[in-house]
Amino acid sequence: MTDITELGIAAIRDGVASGEFTAVEVAEAFNSNVAAASALNAFIVETPEIALSMAKSVDDDRAAGKDLGKMAGVPIGMKDLFCTEGTQTTAASNILGGFVPQYESTVSANLWKAGAGMLGKLNLDQFAMGSSNETSAFGNVISPWRISGGNNAPLAPGGSSGGSSTAVSARLCPAATGTDTGGSIRQPAAFTGITGIKPTYGRCSRWGVVAFASSLDQAGPMAHDVRDCAIMLESMAGFDPKDSTSLDLPVPDWEAALNSDLKGKKVGVPREYRMDGTDQDILDSWDQGIAWLKDAGADIVDISLPHTKYALPAYYIIAPAEASSNLSRYDGVRYGMRELPEGANLQDMYAATRSEGFGPEVKRRIMIGTYVLSAGFYDAYYTQAQKVRTLISQDFKAAFQQCDVILAPTTPTASFPLGDKDKDPLSMYLNDVFAVPASMAGLPAMSVPCGLNKDGLPLGLQIIGNMFDEQGVLNAGLAIEERAGFTARPNKWW
Amino acid sequence: MSVDKETVTKIASLARIAINDDEAEALVPELNNILGWVEQLGEVDCSGVEPMTAVIPNELRMRDDIINADPLTGGGVRDKILANAPDAEAGFFAVPKVIE
Amino acid sequence: MTQKYTVQGATGEFEVVIGLEVHAQISTQSKLFSGSSTEFGAEPNSQVSLIDAAMPGMLPVPNMECMRQAVRTGMALGAQINKYSRFDRKNYFYADLPQGYQISQLYHPIVGEGEIEVTLDEKDPDSATKKIGVERIHVEQDAGKLMHDQHPTMSYVDLNRCGVALMEIVSKPDMTSPREAGAYVKKLRSILRYVGSCDGNMEQGSMRADVNVSVRRPGEELGTRTETKNVNSIRFLMQVVEIEARRQVDLIEDGGEVVQETRLFDPNRMETRSMRSKEDAHDYRYFPDPDLLPVELDDAFLEECRSSLPELPDEKRLRYENELGLTAYNAAVLTAESETSYWFEELLAQSVERTGKSDKDLAKQCANWLLSELFGALNKLGVTLEESPVSPSQGAELLSLVADGTISGKIAKDVFEIMLETKQGAEQIVEEKSLKQVSDTGAIEAAINDIIAANEDKVAQYRGGNERLLGFFVGQTMKAMQGKANPQIVNEILKKILDN
Repeated sequence: MTDITELGIAAIRDGVASGEFTAVEVAEAFNSNVAAASALNAFIVETPEIALSMAKSVDDDRAAGKDLGKMAGVPIGMKDLFCTEGTQTTAASNILGGFVPQYESTVSANLWKAGAGMLGKLNLDQFAMGSSNETSAFGNVISPWRISGGNNAPLAPGGSSGGSSTAVSARLCPAATGTDTGGSIRQPAAFTGITGIKPTYGRCSRWGVVAFASSLDQAGPMAHDVRDCAIMLESMAGFDPKDSTSLDLPVPDWEAALNSDLKGKKVGVPREYRMDGTDQDILDSWDQGIAWLKDAGADIVDISLPHTKYALPAYYIIAPAEASSNLSRYDGVRYGMRELPEGANLQDMYAATRSEGFGPEVKRRIMIGTYVLSAGFYDAYYTQAQKVRTLISQDFKAAFQQCDVILAPTTPTASFPLGDKDKDPLSMYLNDVFAVPASMAGLPAMSVPCGLNKDGLPLGLQIIGNMFDEQGVLNAGLAIEERAGFTARPNKWW
Repeated sequence: MSVDKETVTKIASLARIAINDDEAEALVPELNNILGWVEQLGEVDCSGVEPMTAVIPNELRMRDDIINADPLTGGGVRDKILANAPDAEAGFFAVPKVIE
Repeated sequence: MTQKYTVQGATGEFEVVIGLEVHAQISTQSKLFSGSSTEFGAEPNSQVSLIDAAMPGMLPVPNMECMRQAVRTGMALGAQINKYSRFDRKNYFYADLPQGYQISQLYHPIVGEGEIEVTLDEKDPDSATKKIGVERIHVEQDAGKLMHDQHPTMSYVDLNRCGVALMEIVSKPDMTSPREAGAYVKKLRSILRYVGSCDGNMEQGSMRADVNVSVRRPGEELGTRTETKNVNSIRFLMQVVEIEARRQVDLIEDGGEVVQETRLFDPNRMETRSMRSKEDAHDYRYFPDPDLLPVELDDAFLEECRSSLPELPDEKRLRYENELGLTAYNAAVLTAESETSYWFEELLAQSVERTGKSDKDLAKQCANWLLSELFGALNKLGVTLEESPVSPSQGAELLSLVADGTISGKIAKDVFEIMLETKQGAEQIVEEKSLKQVSDTGAIEAAINDIIAANEDKVAQYRGGNERLLGFFVGQTMKAMQGKANPQIVNEILKKILDN
């Protein structure tokens, strides 16, 4: 019998449906991988019993001849930003220490409805703020990858969905949820050799997902390949009347329409993404990607996205501004941590609780956000950033007159050692330079592994699509996946 | 524009984050580094450009005026509301006494 | 013309400038952004959703009815309706504000400029009127409630009100006296009740005002204003203006300076005092709420709002005067409150139905009865019109008995007394107590003949020219017939017999 934990979503779903193995066997196999991987620190809470009981109910349904959902019998990891009823949800912050939601996020509820099970709650950058998973109150997540040639320095799994990327890459789960505000699905996917897609803003409900920056936050799947992402995204997405920014559109059958033949398709290559500071390996992989897509039948078009370099600074005004307000609710009154020094009044309690409960990066962003919204600075910073955002969006609109999808690197570098950038926030922010523009424009974007760099670390290529065109993104991703033949694995050291 | 220690202290107070002198001191260069970098946005000519309101063209949907139409967004769930409270008494949240 | 209101200081006169921000709870079943109930007086935190409590990941979805009522209110004030509006976040920390921000509308309110015409003395139909400008109306969330007296060291938080929809109706600084401010709020409340967008119940807090007051010497520029928060009756509002204006004048004359600040009214001590707890909350960091797209209203929606508007008090008053022939005073009193006018119109309609007469023929009788008889009785009972023991239909029953001559006006008063006590219908009372008016000329003539026979001396005096004695004979006849004789017929027969 095959090692079940080697399988992805499609294979597990098909195996459970055909009776090759039971959902309980699948859950047990992944539970034991999770239990053996504490060195990676990918999970904040492990929920093996939940995984088993959900699996059992799938097996019971199958035995009873009931229809099985799209992800029946597939256990997944749930990023600890999704509120899960009865299971602690912290956003990796002490300020939510011990918080047990009395409700289930729409996305996780959709997944359970599709027959998926929960292996546990995955570690992340605190409130999804970070690009290396070093801001979690529950400790760093360690990438399963190591530099080839014996240097065992722990590497960053990317962020903020670092627990998700590590868990999938190390085969602790066949797939995991991620959220992407400015690259938090794509960058960690690229760092760990897995596939992840952020759909069009509004495809996945934000209801019950701890908010970072409301106008940017989108949930999406992280999995081994393009097909698995298509299946899981179908299960996550859908109109939700509880989120007034949710898209009232039917969810397409993305899996059924997968097609890597790109004849007649135009692929745009944005010249502004050739930036200083980008690794040569990355630039080489990009050229390779262009060749692969040509091979798949696509025409390559040179395009211009003139405001690319302003996307990141605009993001670092808008996202902290929204965050500073979204995080005001963490005040020690209704849930989570309360810090009440002797003799403190209400306002002292707020300040003490928030000072104690938030980590340094979260505080830094709240401070920036508070500053840019404060009297006298609002127009210069926030309004100007939202205008620039309009221009970025218009750049993409113009580009999609000329092409169907855009190909670019996901990140300017491969994974870096933990501790390398955490002293210099700005250099950390710059790691999202290629990921942020699509977030600012709300567009679907995906990272697909394309090879290893000279240090033996995975690299990802990014495909950005027009709004609502997840299919175009998935298809181009599949064309790369087929040609890249990426089979590299981290050597198990944990 | 750049911030000094006094501004940092004021911002921290607005954001209800207690910081001591040393922390305020340390935040000055950090914030100035970031603010200095985002100020490159000033280079962009935005005349005649509207600030972004909806990233994907979409209409604001509103709901009908019905009580507890969806139990997830309705009332009558006091136990759930108070379940995680650090201090709840007699059906209320309790906070240090406020003098108005 | 009313005399100009000034505050006399030691060094001269001061004018007062008043602007009002009225917070009116929008009459809806559920809250602005959640499905929890808005009903008053429930158990603490029992009408709180996960959204109202600002649980992590919760999102607002606007209640269409709130926007509809704000638009209808705007239309009733002849105000500009903004087809494009937006919600903004007002950020500050307080225990009654779980999100840490109030969702409001700063940059793009749903309603723009309008105006309200107020009558400065409603008792005087010829009193001067004044137009008070309305700057804007925006929709926002109410906050929760803090209780300070339940525990020695803690305050308790009840979020039942949290998220209830409010309209903030901001006036221009157009008022110059307590009376104008009072008249403005009275008129505004009347319009809101007509429109049905707010019940105007100030005791329960569904309408309250923030009062901006400044003073200046005549001809000088506007002075620094203070804002007295949450004033919850019209009487208090007028007192706040007086007290605050006096305080400011005294302060200025003592060489002090008025500080722009938020104040609180203490009706027990009859003073306003500075609200220290709100002092550091000046920088609200407003920005568009990223959870909510802009509100865009289409023509069909606006048309529905317009066509569902009822007749408003000013139009109604004119119609009562011009079409129903009521006096200006009666028309004004009947239309001042929607409840009164609806009661009156129901009474009139039922009377028309019962008697077959036109409303113009009956309007005066209905108006007089309602304003004197019914209001007099309610006053004595100490109840409001809503609590009246007699319904419009019962009133019409009574009035139609008078109109068709079944009972006299005098008997009607007695019947009404009995109605108030027993809640029985007028017809039943008249039947049971045999109060029907006698119009049988034979019976009346017989009674008259008896009286004439017993009073020959008076007959002689009458026939000798003392015509005032007719009243004596009428009285005697009515007495003999226990008041039930039709007075008109009595008069006719008496005259016929005596004048022969």
